[in-house]
Amino acid sequence: MLDYVLPRYRVMRDKDLCIQCGVCERSCSNEVHHVDEELGRVTANNAACVNCQRCVVMCPTQALAITRWPQVDSGSSNWTLETMQDIAKQAQTGAVLLSSMGNPKPYPIYWDHLLLNASQVTNPSIDPLREPMETRVFLGSRPEILKVNERDEKLSAPLPPQIRLDVPLMFSAMSFGSISLNAQKALAMAARELGTFFNTGEGGLHRDLERYADCAIVQVASGRFGVDPHYLGAAGAIEIKIGQGAKPGIGGHLPGEKISEEVSRTRMIPQGTDAISPAPHHDIYSIEDLRQLVFSLKEATGYSKPVAVKVAAVHNVAAIASGMARAGADIIVIDGFRGGTGAAPKRIRDNVGIPIELALAAVDQRLRDESIRSTVSLVAAGSIRSSADIVRAIALGADAVYCASAPLIALGCHQCQDCSSGKCNWGIATQRSDLVRRLNPEIAAERVVNLVHGWTHEIKEMMGGMGINAVDSLRGNRLMLRGVGLNEKELEILGVKYAGE
Amino acid sequence: MKRIYALEEWCIDCKRCEVACKVFHSKSKDPVKAFLYEQPKPRNRVRVEGNRTLSIAINCRHCPTAKCVEGCISGAMTRNPETGVVTSNPEKCVGCRTCVSMCPFGAVTIEEGPTHPIAFKCDLCGDELGVPGSPSCVAACPNRALIYVESEGN
Ligand code: SF4
Ligand code: SF4
Ligand code: SF4
Ligand code: SF4
Repeated sequence: MLDYVLPRYRVMRDKDLCIQCGVCERSCSNEVHHVDEELGRVTANNAACVNCQRCVVMCPTQALAITRWPQVDSGSSNWTLETMQDIAKQAQTGAVLLSSMGNPKPYPIYWDHLLLNASQVTNPSIDPLREPMETRVFLGSRPEILKVNERDEKLSAPLPPQIRLDVPLMFSAMSFGSISLNAQKALAMAARELGTFFNTGEGGLHRDLERYADCAIVQVASGRFGVDPHYLGAAGAIEIKIGQGAKPGIGGHLPGEKISEEVSRTRMIPQGTDAISPAPHHDIYSIEDLRQLVFSLKEATGYSKPVAVKVAAVHNVAAIASGMARAGADIIVIDGFRGGTGAAPKRIRDNVGIPIELALAAVDQRLRDESIRSTVSLVAAGSIRSSADIVRAIALGADAVYCASAPLIALGCHQCQDCSSGKCNWGIATQRSDLVRRLNPEIAAERVVNLVHGWTHEIKEMMGGMGINAVDSLRGNRLMLRGVGLNEKELEILGVKYAGE
Repeated sequence: MKRIYALEEWCIDCKRCEVACKVFHSKSKDPVKAFLYEQPKPRNRVRVEGNRTLSIAINCRHCPTAKCVEGCISGAMTRNPETGVVTSNPEKCVGCRTCVSMCPFGAVTIEEGPTHPIAFKCDLCGDELGVPGSPSCVAACPNRALIYVESEGN
């Protein structure tokens, strides 16, 4: 049957520059390019292109660029080309639309409405090249009162377990299965070098990564894949995943084709079976149930490591976070609606959840109002794009942030949103051996380390400008932020003054 | 000496190394001219064998006791005693193919030269024969499947 779907992209090949070397043909897993010896030129099957830009980067002569398919829309702002194409696809298949990565819709990005302060005259700024700057943070719960034996200069009671991050960012959960082992390994290597943590997602810890277990946060999610005492015991911290910003309220589904021998061993499920993570945890229907799981995990690990609980930012997130703190979570992770995923129903990704900026501010304020903020750590996730976003998140109240999309972009991801096809040309979101080998973890880890080093320098510079010499002093310091282009209500929720005030 | 090593674990069969090698060994050093216009056609000296799932770049090891040099009947194939770089002098090569059959790595090919078929092989991208330069294939490889490192022996 003729499908009414138009190509999305068009390959632009500069004929003057193309040397017909075939690098593009060998680079594209979607089999778009073809060196046609008979015609003496290179042809393209535009309809198969997903705009991953691998060929563009690989072409030795810069002969390539990808553009939008030039078809004009109907002229209606209501029936846009995308809306109509979605209908055409569903009319063809009768299926739920799938997509990947984070919410791409033009909802407000509050980070871009928050400006940072700098010291002038009345208080000195600090030059990070001359004076020490502390970017280290500790995550975990803190006692309400610190009892010190002054004579012995010792704590009277031991501190609850905490993890130490040398930089205020960690790599968010991405499971082996949703990403390749090489991608996960790159993040593990980078986390070790940077003194921070990567997160296994709910795919278990591959045996090759056990040597990075001390830099791993292991996830316990609704599918409970790969969870056993060894997994819990090896990790630096444990995270219970209730929800994910990209698809709040939705479980996960890794199709059987992707459950290779290695994935099956790591997830502890039979090869070739679908890995289904139910939408809820079947043993959690209340805060009390959550408390049971939190303490089961603490019992199982002898109270030796912090337990984090991650939820998607949704309408009542502040009240939920308060409940999580009371359920015994040491670290509260809030994942905003722009957070990425390997696969999500498009309608959920594009329409469910709320912005991380508002959720973070609301949660921090609520925990402060209830006088429990200082007993837990708060981690913000869901599209942290730069060091400036990290500084803003910390000033809004986060202890640290989780990033995933940014490090993936450092690995080569071009946000084509085609992860769910399993044909990622960059070797990231794929298990195909010919594609996985495209990602040399040694190079990939270096790139991620470079990125985070760059960000850390920038964070120090921005903090220095404010006259602040430690991330700890920036946390929740909303006076360092001013809003622009925001209404009264937004300012109220964010807890910031307007620029000029 | 520094040698180029190919790591099949990371070779992705893109053949950017072949392109870079051919361009370096062209007169113009311009990819478009090298591929489409120059005569005689410039030749790449590295060659990728295999397919998408398993491939490796075949290149010269600049052996300390080079079989190609041993076999060469015309004195074209020589090893620079100071640098260790093994090169073939196109002016002296008679195209007898002895080096091709002697090389244990398949690193020499006979291809059309200015007057008759001659031997082509890796010269480490030097500006003159016997002097190593900075290998173009290594620089072009996107996945560190070619590395140029100091190695045991001379
Ligand atoms: S990689 Fe570039 S130069 Fe080579 S065939 Fe493709 S478009 Fe042409
Ligand atoms: S899918 Fe990627 S590699 Fe293939 S043509 Fe499109 S941009 Fe190039
Ligand atoms: S051409 Fe072959 S035999 Fe000669 S030096 Fe190179 S690898 Fe050794
Ligand atoms: S450039 Fe590197 S990865 Fe590509 S074919 Fe050559 S050796 Fe292999």
